[in-house]
Amino acid sequence: MGERTIIPFGPQHPVLPEPLHLDLILEDEKIVGAVPSIGFIHRGLEKLVEKRDFQEMAFVIERICGICSFIHGQGYVQTIEAVMGVEIPERAKYLRSFWGELSRVHSHLLWLGLMADAFGFESLFMHCWRVREKVLDIFEETTGGRVIFSVCKVGGLWKNVDGDTLRRIGGVLKDVDKDIRPLADVFMRDYTVQKRCVGLGVLTKEEAFQLGAVGPMLRASGVAMDARKLGYAAYGNLEFEPVTENAGDCQARIAVRVREIYQALDIMRQCIEKMPGGEVATTVKGNPQGEYLSRLEQPRGEAVYYGKGNGTKYLDRFRVRTPTFANLIPLLHIIPGCDLADVPLLALTIDPCISCTER
Amino acid sequence: MSFLPKSPWLVHYDASSCNGCDIEVLACLTPVYDVERFGVLNIGNPKHADIFVVTGSVNEQNKAVIKNIYDQMAEPKVVVAIGACATSGGVFRECYNVSGGVDTVIPVDVYVPGCAARPEAIIDGVVLGLGVLEAKYGEKGKVAS
Repeated sequence: MGERTIIPFGPQHPVLPEPLHLDLILEDEKIVGAVPSIGFIHRGLEKLVEKRDFQEMAFVIERICGICSFIHGQGYVQTIEAVMGVEIPERAKYLRSFWGELSRVHSHLLWLGLMADAFGFESLFMHCWRVREKVLDIFEETTGGRVIFSVCKVGGLWKNVDGDTLRRIGGVLKDVDKDIRPLADVFMRDYTVQKRCVGLGVLTKEEAFQLGAVGPMLRASGVAMDARKLGYAAYGNLEFEPVTENAGDCQARIAVRVREIYQALDIMRQCIEKMPGGEVATTVKGNPQGEYLSRLEQPRGEAVYYGKGNGTKYLDRFRVRTPTFANLIPLLHIIPGCDLADVPLLALTIDPCISCTER
Repeated sequence: MSFLPKSPWLVHYDASSCNGCDIEVLACLTPVYDVERFGVLNIGNPKHADIFVVTGSVNEQNKAVIKNIYDQMAEPKVVVAIGACATSGGVFRECYNVSGGVDTVIPVDVYVPGCAARPEAIIDGVVLGLGVLEAKYGEKGKVAS
């Protein structure tokens, strides 16, 4: 038994674009415990519902996080629509699913790049982000923004996308698919990647379930749980199966996300084929009265949105349970026992989004 | 456009940003924009950096961290505030835990607008920052080397 040392990790750390702080308790190079402290980017924006009316709030909620921005906006408007009993047009549902999946591709590519950077494979990082720019171009063309889109509103969408543009985007998606294949090959087969990731940070099926892991973290441990199967937006009419792996280690989490990119591209193809014509928004009258809880699948896992209206244009309460918050507990479970040098990799493996977590 | 014989190195800190501006800062380094070809590096060590790039607004907990990074940087140094939040608090300015822009804690030289700021705007801001850096060298009677 060596002497115990405490090493602070973060809040400003080269591997993390965001401030997460961990106090790592070490015996020699082995970690025996980790104590997180958060709150560096807490803004308190849930409280803003008392100052901004429910339509304006959609823009604020989208800014919970710049990576999952679209799906946050979607979660909010979906909750308020359910409270108010608004049925949105079919085309808007398909477009929401389309943009949701595009967000997933952009987020997973971003994560794969950061992961490559964390294990010191910088050219792979650059290639992932090169492909990601093509996805961002599609976003910019269809919504006007690269990372913050503001297209969701209570009652539908602000913008429509015409059929010709969608068909052309279908062509671009094929290119994206072609570009991703060689990169995926490196992630799945490369010797150095395997050396760093196989058998690292194993979370068994039971542990993942009991500790409340969500998203790719949970599915990499063999639990087929995916909130998209609830059939919100247009997912009820689209064909897909949750992607699962059984190993539960870092390599399995990479594999789940790589396969989810292909899945998302496939869902987008289905959206383009099946999308009906017509309007994308209905008029909304009155104010929300009542409460609702809705669940969505973000790139990082399941997010839960709760909204409560009191009949005025300001909500009483709005609450988000974000996937990173759920995944922090499994992270603290897998860190003890590993080497200090593996901590950046493990911290990244849950795809941490601190902006979401702290809001 | 200014002229410096030395390439600026950046240190980036996410104050309480939504991530939007942060990933755009990272996007500047990757192939489409690729500022590394001009020798601009994003590094973790504040003592190596010439330009401090801050995204997001300030709150009670990260005030000390921002001040700490700024104090550790060697003179002359330039601060670039990126995005609406870093310049004024932006969409979050009325939140209870947001006390305003970065200029409430440290002096800011260049403000980059946008929510989220586009990579072109960020690069433009850093280039403006270079001019400020050059002027600061001049004030000290030194030529950057």
